[in-house]
Amino acid sequence: MNYWKEFAKGIWKRNPQLIVGLGFCPTLAISTSISNAFWMTVGVTFVLMGSNILVSLIRRIAPSHLRIPIYITIIAAFVTIVDLSLKAYQPAVYKSLGIFIPLIVVNCIILGRAEEFAQRNPILPSLLDGAGMGIGFGLTLFVLSFFREILGSNKLFGFTLIPGMEPAAVMILAPGAFFTLAFMLWGMNAVNSRKRNR
Amino acid sequence: MEIKVFLAILLSTILINNYVLSRILGICPFLGVSKKLDSALGMGLAVIFVMTLTSFITHPIYKYVLVGYRITYLTIIVFILVIAAVVQLVEMVIRKISPVLHQSLGIFLPLITTNCAVLGVVLLNISSGFAKPNVSMGLLKSVVQGFGGGAGFTLALLIMAGIRERLEIADVPENLKGVPITFITAGLLALAFYGFSGMKI
Repeated sequence: MNYWKEFAKGIWKRNPQLIVGLGFCPTLAISTSISNAFWMTVGVTFVLMGSNILVSLIRRIAPSHLRIPIYITIIAAFVTIVDLSLKAYQPAVYKSLGIFIPLIVVNCIILGRAEEFAQRNPILPSLLDGAGMGIGFGLTLFVLSFFREILGSNKLFGFTLIPGMEPAAVMILAPGAFFTLAFMLWGMNAVNSRKRNR
Repeated sequence: MEIKVFLAILLSTILINNYVLSRILGICPFLGVSKKLDSALGMGLAVIFVMTLTSFITHPIYKYVLVGYRITYLTIIVFILVIAAVVQLVEMVIRKISPVLHQSLGIFLPLITTNCAVLGVVLLNISSGFAKPNVSMGLLKSVVQGFGGGAGFTLALLIMAGIRERLEIADVPENLKGVPITFITAGLLALAFYGFSGMKI
């Protein structure tokens, strides 16, 4: 088995949001600043890797009709770890991410990877798959929050760009999130269709 | 006096802080089930039902079990399991009582477990402080917020489905077809709903 391929597929070929179309809620809601995006990615990647390892460990003993509740409980346990650690060590981030940390539980990417990959594969590929998917998720989030932070709050990595300029606040709010992601998907489609036609 | 409080909660969850268009919760079903009006209505009704019921059930669980025994660190696990159990139970009851209703709502119910708006509303009920010991009528406030959240979700879903039925026959650029144009529509809708934020209750 080609380990590199398992890792790299999440980044472009099977990118969770742009190609597969999963996990839009946190992507849209959290991409208001790069620091939010970074911590969200850390949380999601940790949960993905942890749940993929555990699901792959128990794949032979888990009864198939009970697997979904078992997976959800595993995921919820890892999300609780993320929730409590962020609350303890990064209180500012915890406050600005709000309910979207506990909502990692219902991020379809994680349950999707458990169902589609981890329950059929050994531990190492599952771990790499989780890491790759997490990074792919984070990259999309990074690009989105890059544009939204510049346009919506006139900042980048938390530093003010042009002093005295009034930013377009709508980019920080929900409409800006929808528009930015729409343009990103548009660009993605354009690139892919050009590739196909060549 | 009290009536006014409940009205404020309802208005705020349906219009001002609409769960889909302002808080950005429940995008997956919003995209997936908004292609036709009747299926959007079915999904919306199922979500209203489940949200109201889970708000009703999780409130006493949080107040008396989780806080009572000081195990609030289990909140996430307990809530997601409660939601999954409620959805499962509702499906079984509906199948037994009314096969007709089951036929129209049945396929949407399993999807609701992973709808983040449902987990979102029960978590927001807690962070709004409805479960604090000194809040009067907290249970009713939670239920109203749950119902309002579901109604707001349904409203957004129905508007979207109405627009998408027209979009089918519109001339959309090739690369914008499907999800991107839906997001642009959602953005315009969100802009319109943003106008409600000036409302003072």
